[in-house]
Amino acid sequence: MASLIGSYSLILGFCCSLIIFFFSVRNFKSPKRFDYKILSFTFLQLFFVIVSFVGLIISFINSDFSNETVFNHSHTTKPLFYKISGTWGNHEGSLLLWLLVLTLFIFLFLIKSKKQPNNYRILTSMFQQIIIIGFFIFLIKTSNPFSYIFPIPNEGLGLNPILQDPALAIHPPILYLGYVGSSIIFSSALAATTLNFISKDWAKHIKVWVLISWIFLTLGILLGSIWAYYELGWGGFWFWDPVENVSLMPWLALTTLLHCILALEKRLILTSWVIILSIATFTLSMCGTFLVRSGILNSVHTFANDPERGLFILIFLFSLVFLSLFIFFFFHKNENNNNSFFWLSKESSILVNNWFMMYFLSVVLVGTIYPIFLEVITSEKISVGPPFYNKLIIPFLIPFLLSMAIGPKLKWIKSEIQNKMYLVLFLFISFFISFIIIKNLDINFLINSILLTSSFYLFFITLRDFFIKGYQNLSQNLAHFGFSLLILSILFNNIYSTEVITNLKVGQTFKSKSLIIDFQSIDKKNEKNFQAIIGKFKIKELDNETIILNPELRVYNQPNIITSEADIKTNLLKDRFITMNLVSNQDYFNIRYQDKPFMIWIWLSVLLISFAGLMSLLKKRYEN
Amino acid sequence: MKIKISPLIYTLIFLIIFFIFYKGLQNSNIYTPNLKIEENIPSFKAKIFNNDKFISEKIFQKDKFYLLNIWASWCVPCREEHSFLTKLNKEEKIKIIGLNYKDDKKNAKIFLKELSNPYDVILLDEDGTVAIEWGAYGVPESFLIYNNKIVKKIIGPINEELLTEIKILIQ
Amino acid sequence: MRFFKFFIVIFFLVYSNLSNAQDSDLKNEITKNLRCLICQGQSVYDSDSEFANSLKILVEKKLNEGLKEKQIYEYLKSKYGEWILYDPEFNKNTYFLWLLPILMFLIGGAIILKLFIQKKN
Repeated sequence: MASLIGSYSLILGFCCSLIIFFFSVRNFKSPKRFDYKILSFTFLQLFFVIVSFVGLIISFINSDFSNETVFNHSHTTKPLFYKISGTWGNHEGSLLLWLLVLTLFIFLFLIKSKKQPNNYRILTSMFQQIIIIGFFIFLIKTSNPFSYIFPIPNEGLGLNPILQDPALAIHPPILYLGYVGSSIIFSSALAATTLNFISKDWAKHIKVWVLISWIFLTLGILLGSIWAYYELGWGGFWFWDPVENVSLMPWLALTTLLHCILALEKRLILTSWVIILSIATFTLSMCGTFLVRSGILNSVHTFANDPERGLFILIFLFSLVFLSLFIFFFFHKNENNNNSFFWLSKESSILVNNWFMMYFLSVVLVGTIYPIFLEVITSEKISVGPPFYNKLIIPFLIPFLLSMAIGPKLKWIKSEIQNKMYLVLFLFISFFISFIIIKNLDINFLINSILLTSSFYLFFITLRDFFIKGYQNLSQNLAHFGFSLLILSILFNNIYSTEVITNLKVGQTFKSKSLIIDFQSIDKKNEKNFQAIIGKFKIKELDNETIILNPELRVYNQPNIITSEADIKTNLLKDRFITMNLVSNQDYFNIRYQDKPFMIWIWLSVLLISFAGLMSLLKKRYEN
Repeated sequence: MKIKISPLIYTLIFLIIFFIFYKGLQNSNIYTPNLKIEENIPSFKAKIFNNDKFISEKIFQKDKFYLLNIWASWCVPCREEHSFLTKLNKEEKIKIIGLNYKDDKKNAKIFLKELSNPYDVILLDEDGTVAIEWGAYGVPESFLIYNNKIVKKIIGPINEELLTEIKILIQ
Repeated sequence: MRFFKFFIVIFFLVYSNLSNAQDSDLKNEITKNLRCLICQGQSVYDSDSEFANSLKILVEKKLNEGLKEKQIYEYLKSKYGEWILYDPEFNKNTYFLWLLPILMFLIGGAIILKLFIQKKN
């Protein structure tokens, strides 16, 4: 029943799109007044999509296996929470969620943009409806979440156990809010270009949307990382896996846009660049959708793939690209002549930021899609993994960090460096500290010490600004401070991490100079949807109290998959991380114990960065 | 002039990207290894299953056909493939050499007792490193060898079709 | 300028202290750079599949036999092709992979420089 309502509601939503499009065109010809029918139908559309989404959730809760999506991704023994999160844990449901966010955002946009000119609002709504129509067709035609199966199966196939996790349950909605938020930026930039409305006002108005999608995208990526850290079970948090890269690319573009739009807002410069970035952000999000959903990439996360879907998104993606190219080249007039820069000014520091961000973006982009290109052209397969990204990104981080420290100190238009003594002094102090830290270690890499110096530099400079500047530019300073903290914790985490891999039977003990691992016992526990084998390990480090860790092996019933659940003890200084794995035909377990310092600071610093974004957003509201 | 050319260039670039993605979609993303043939057999050292003596690539004599079959008692497709190996064993022109992959010796013996032993010699690969010397991915996998060269590489279990193919090859 | 010279001297002092990583570290380092061929997008180091476990043992054996990191990569490349290496080599297939981002960086720099110079005219 719920399935049926959802299905019809989806079609009604699609009809709304066509109606809105019709009214928009009519209204656009005589834009004296804003036609409120557009707004009402947008609301109606949102309502239908919500009904449809709720319908799918209800089908999942009721385990209605006449629905193919539910049958493929759910099971009666699953806890309620994962029945619900299973709704968007699959291709069809996640696309419906995507559509929901698309319609929600255009509705909010129309409400919040009342001060803007009518024809700009109408045109934005039209462009957004083009995207929405594309997704409606995609959903209904190639991946309908309400397909019916007959005869009705008694039991579903179950949800992949690694997706049965709280962090991953909220990861997709948050990430989509970020991805899809960029669609508003896209539509609005196209509308503004067509109407030649790119102005300081427009910059101020669109900045809110940039901030919103940026915050959600940051949080979404963070959640994904945290999940990968404890669920994939090998203690890493970023693997340069294509699917991760795909979320990083729009983030880089958005971050660039966020900086660049400041220059537009203050000085009306870089207009073309802002337009290109606005288009690029959403295009990259779509490109990510294409790469993930089409199965063109080889990755841990790829959805079950279907070439027809891939083809559809590909054509849709490139229609949008060509549409934007057309609009950009035929409507955009680069008329302002005050594109002048003094080398030492805030706008040039923003340019430098853009320059590096674009470089990082190109590294990630080329690294991700190059194997596809090579395979098509020469039919040879290569892998591009972490070493590639490390080699190309890390050296460039150094000047990037330094300019992040100095950039915000500069003034608009022209600036002289006053008080340069303290800038030099701080550099010296940072270097001294890094030198001491690196000196006492036996991994003395040149790059480590320089990198550490530059991150400490950013750290101290921003820290000083909290005291000197107080509330002025606080959000910006906080974000930069968070970034320095992020790089520092990643660096320390890399440098100080230690690891023991060993095979142990129950009752055996592993001893080394600084560590004793005592495998005391194993327990069995039966849960509703899995059976757990729980190990009990007593860990004693020389300089630490004894702790007990309980990693698990879970044998899920539906589908029948064994997963290994890490046990992690977190404190402010370090994470202690243990996993155990079965070894075939042996009576021992493979134990991996890791000591990971400053792990929590990585998460905290990213949280801090997104919090800074939120602060900037609230401040903007307050000023308006 | 410059202004008019750049849209064309960008359009062209994106068209090329579109085309490549389109082509890429048709390629399968599952990695299938390059089945190079006429490759020399690798040098290796392995224990013999029954008597713990070491043996090397020298067991492969020239002018003779060999089938090196990687198997394990815990591998389900190996059971399916076993009957075909037994059939192949009746051919006189070919010797079948087993490579027991990461197995428990007891289980392996039971496996052979149950399903008969088609192998002329069985080599032991306790930690899976010998299989890697051969460039194998897992079990089951088979290599047809003639004149110290790998003539054919079979990934996955042998079936009726492959069996006839092997029979034709060794004639 | 003197400041920079001072730094450079110090860095070289630090650099000369470089000590070799231990064998087990090297083994981890190597296995991190190998793709587990039967898994989807995992490194051998991260994977617990049969294939990955055997490969870990093999790398250790080869290290004990005295092979260098490079030789091990070469050896595995000859068995399984370039697909197994996460660190793509610099050859005719990968010129663009390595150089395209650098090229972008240079072009970006050139554009920015042009903006600065424009002002003077």
